Amino acid sequence: MTTDYIVGIDLGTTNSLVAYMQGDSPVVIPGEDGLNLVPSVVALDQKNQIVVGNAARRYLIETPERAVYSVKRLMGRGFEDVREELKLFPFQLADDLQTGEVLRIKIGDRTYTPPEISAFVLRQLKRNAERFFGAPVNHAVITVPAYFNDAQRQATKDAGRIAGLNVLRLVNEPTAASLAYGLDKRKHGMVVVYDLGGGTFDISILKLHDGIFEVISTNGDTHLGGDDIDNLLIAIALDDIRGDLGLDLSHHGEAVARIRNAVIEAKIALSSQPTAKLDVDLPGGKRYQREISLEVFEQMIQPIIDRTVGPCKQALKDAGLKPEQIDEVVLVGGSTRIPKVRRLVQDLFQRVPHTDLNPDEVVALGAAVQANILGGGSEITKEMLLLDVTPLSLGIEVAGGVTDKIILRNSTIPASATQYYTTQVDGQTNVAIHVLQGERELARDCRSLARFDLKGVPPMPAGLPRIEVKFLIDANGILRVSAREQRSGKEAEIDVQPTYGLTDEQVENMLLESFDYAEEDFRQRQVIEARREADTILTALAKAKNNHAWHELTNDERRKVEELEKTLVRVKDGDDYHAIRTAIDELNQATMRLAELMMDTAVSTALKGKAMDDTDMDEGPQAGHPVAKADFE
Amino acid sequence: MTDSRSSLIMPNSSPGQAPGEATPRCWSCGTMRAVHFCSSCGKVQPPVPVDYFTFFGFPRKLNLDTAALEKEFYALSRHLHPDVFGQSDDRERAWSLEQSSMLNDAYRTLKDPIKRTEYLLRLEGVELEEQSKQATEKARATGELKKQVVPPDLLEEVFDLNLHLEELREQKKAGEDDPALLEEIGKAKLSLEEKYDALFGELKTEWNAWDKLVDSGTEAGQRKILDAMLDVLNRRNYVRNLVRDVNEALE
Repeated sequence: MTTDYIVGIDLGTTNSLVAYMQGDSPVVIPGEDGLNLVPSVVALDQKNQIVVGNAARRYLIETPERAVYSVKRLMGRGFEDVREELKLFPFQLADDLQTGEVLRIKIGDRTYTPPEISAFVLRQLKRNAERFFGAPVNHAVITVPAYFNDAQRQATKDAGRIAGLNVLRLVNEPTAASLAYGLDKRKHGMVVVYDLGGGTFDISILKLHDGIFEVISTNGDTHLGGDDIDNLLIAIALDDIRGDLGLDLSHHGEAVARIRNAVIEAKIALSSQPTAKLDVDLPGGKRYQREISLEVFEQMIQPIIDRTVGPCKQALKDAGLKPEQIDEVVLVGGSTRIPKVRRLVQDLFQRVPHTDLNPDEVVALGAAVQANILGGGSEITKEMLLLDVTPLSLGIEVAGGVTDKIILRNSTIPASATQYYTTQVDGQTNVAIHVLQGERELARDCRSLARFDLKGVPPMPAGLPRIEVKFLIDANGILRVSAREQRSGKEAEIDVQPTYGLTDEQVENMLLESFDYAEEDFRQRQVIEARREADTILTALAKAKNNHAWHELTNDERRKVEELEKTLVRVKDGDDYHAIRTAIDELNQATMRLAELMMDTAVSTALKGKAMDDTDMDEGPQAGHPVAKADFE
Repeated sequence: MTDSRSSLIMPNSSPGQAPGEATPRCWSCGTMRAVHFCSSCGKVQPPVPVDYFTFFGFPRKLNLDTAALEKEFYALSRHLHPDVFGQSDDRERAWSLEQSSMLNDAYRTLKDPIKRTEYLLRLEGVELEEQSKQATEKARATGELKKQVVPPDLLEEVFDLNLHLEELREQKKAGEDDPALLEEIGKAKLSLEEKYDALFGELKTEWNAWDKLVDSGTEAGQRKILDAMLDVLNRRNYVRNLVRDVNEALE
């Protein structure tokens, strides 16, 4: 484990980066093109191959229907959530999308879920890192907006898995930034991180104390960022064009993409110049030209950046702090380069914000620091510890459609709460629970995380069972649930239906499917398949040991089987395909007689008139999941 | 698994640990263990059901040095947080997750004076009357009547205040503005806020009485103090809700 590389990844709305800890300092790993930023753009090229990053950007203009950007906005969301989004972004939903299904986006003639599209970006970053190290990279820390809810976090984790990464931790972006910021100096005091990125806004207030980074409060808006400024400018340009040139281009993909490029360039220019020119070639040989002054630009974007004020005030209030109690302010995210944003932050917190860190890179650098900590730490990180919070309250729907909050927002994670449930009807064996996230009083106004059934409650008179359900938010900010019926001591089974999310099985399938497009991952696919086969045979063997056929083997035979079983257990989680394959084959060979004996038993049982179904023959792989603990995966 | 009788398990940092008391052994090195991690080899231990005071190694007293609590919270976080177990096996990682969630829950409860008092009351078997905003909302939504007993010493004040608030709402509807009424309500609000602060003083008096009993080791008189604390908390919640209503009406 310690020799494995663990990288830190900033999976951004606009750009993504991968970084790692080189000695005492985190550094960004550049791509083959020598650039640190990988645009979060995924496209299909002429040969129907997936391309990512800078290589994909040109397709945004050339073949907009075969390219996607800003897919982070759709992570962990359902159709109802993204209606507004669809008006502003050229996302094409799959035609055959069913209600309740995870969103699927069209790229050319294919469709992908948002986690799959993000996985393409992650895979590119993984490849960049592997090229850089000349070794496989399988472990990562990935950052998420602090204000991401459970479903959005889960979707990000799924994306990592689909990309073939073991996601060791999800870290909140502003918190990661504070790690990079607080690394070289022994910092103390209250620090505000204001993070306005491409698509999300976060505000976090931290207390730094002897290497402990304790988040006191966090707030934000997962749909507020530079994208909104771009969309506003595009809308204004389209209006101009309609008025001046009599052209309606709002449904002209290529033209909109060109205008988008032009307004982004102008926006960037206005961070260092008093005016910027828009100059776009339009279809039909027409041309759109306009000059924007900084003053006009600032007036236009005022309503957008003002939306960050509310969350900032709420975060201060939740932390029980006044602006004058803040010691330092750190700016993160490309949109904080806008001078107007800097002035707003300065006015809010009455401090000149730090601008010495590259706002595009600081989150990835912080993720690399956290990766180093999780990998066992080094001299510089050994005293560092991150104590983060859950951004949203967790609740349960109770009678009357009301949310009963059981873990309040800004609780340090991991955090837990225990609730007790009972039955309402005699002999009832299922209890339904609706889990919510949000601050509103009514369940319908909160985010529905999941509905789940507690099953296998022993039949008792109504009100007698006492089912203890434990809700635990882990260090990733993801909910886990476990349940137990206290009178019988029986673990109740939990059947979770995430409201918007992929099931474990779907993720596994995507993992395998995604390999179809990547030649170089063939070896890894082999390993995964072999590992699955190993699990199947090990489960079957465990089961077979309860069969009396097992005791009919000689001592030597049993010893041999157990020896080979141990070997397989040892090698199966490694990456050596041949070792796993050999171990499987050897164990198969050694259990041949056991299988024959069991077959005889089954046949003789059948002859005695007992149904085959009652024997252990086919149960192997399906059995072995008696645990009631359920991750929301 | 270890013995779950919490009285037998004392945290290593407990100042009051009696010598010779039976202590379960560490699963890893076999020597003495604490509630959370082994004092000898430092390994995280499987969680045992203990109360929050015991978890921190504090006596069950209500006057609590919050600076010392924070220090202990940071120290324990360094031993128990899942980040420290990035390279450990699944079992230790699972224990660390449970232990650090317990640590965080305990810290959150104990550092807040009101939550701490309510927690102690519950530990001592006192049922708390829910007077929170949530309970009100719930009652509203379900149509149930919520029990809200007006503290006797506030009866007259509350009666007047409610009349004034009603008047204010009427005026707002009509778009009128009466500075005299606003001043009257403002005065009442100030008086309630003073009352609110004074109630915390009253609560502290009960804390002192409770802590004295804990120090002396006597159980006689406990119930009386617990009931008194409950009474103060209920009155305090009532006043808090009143202040909230006033603020809402003034908005």
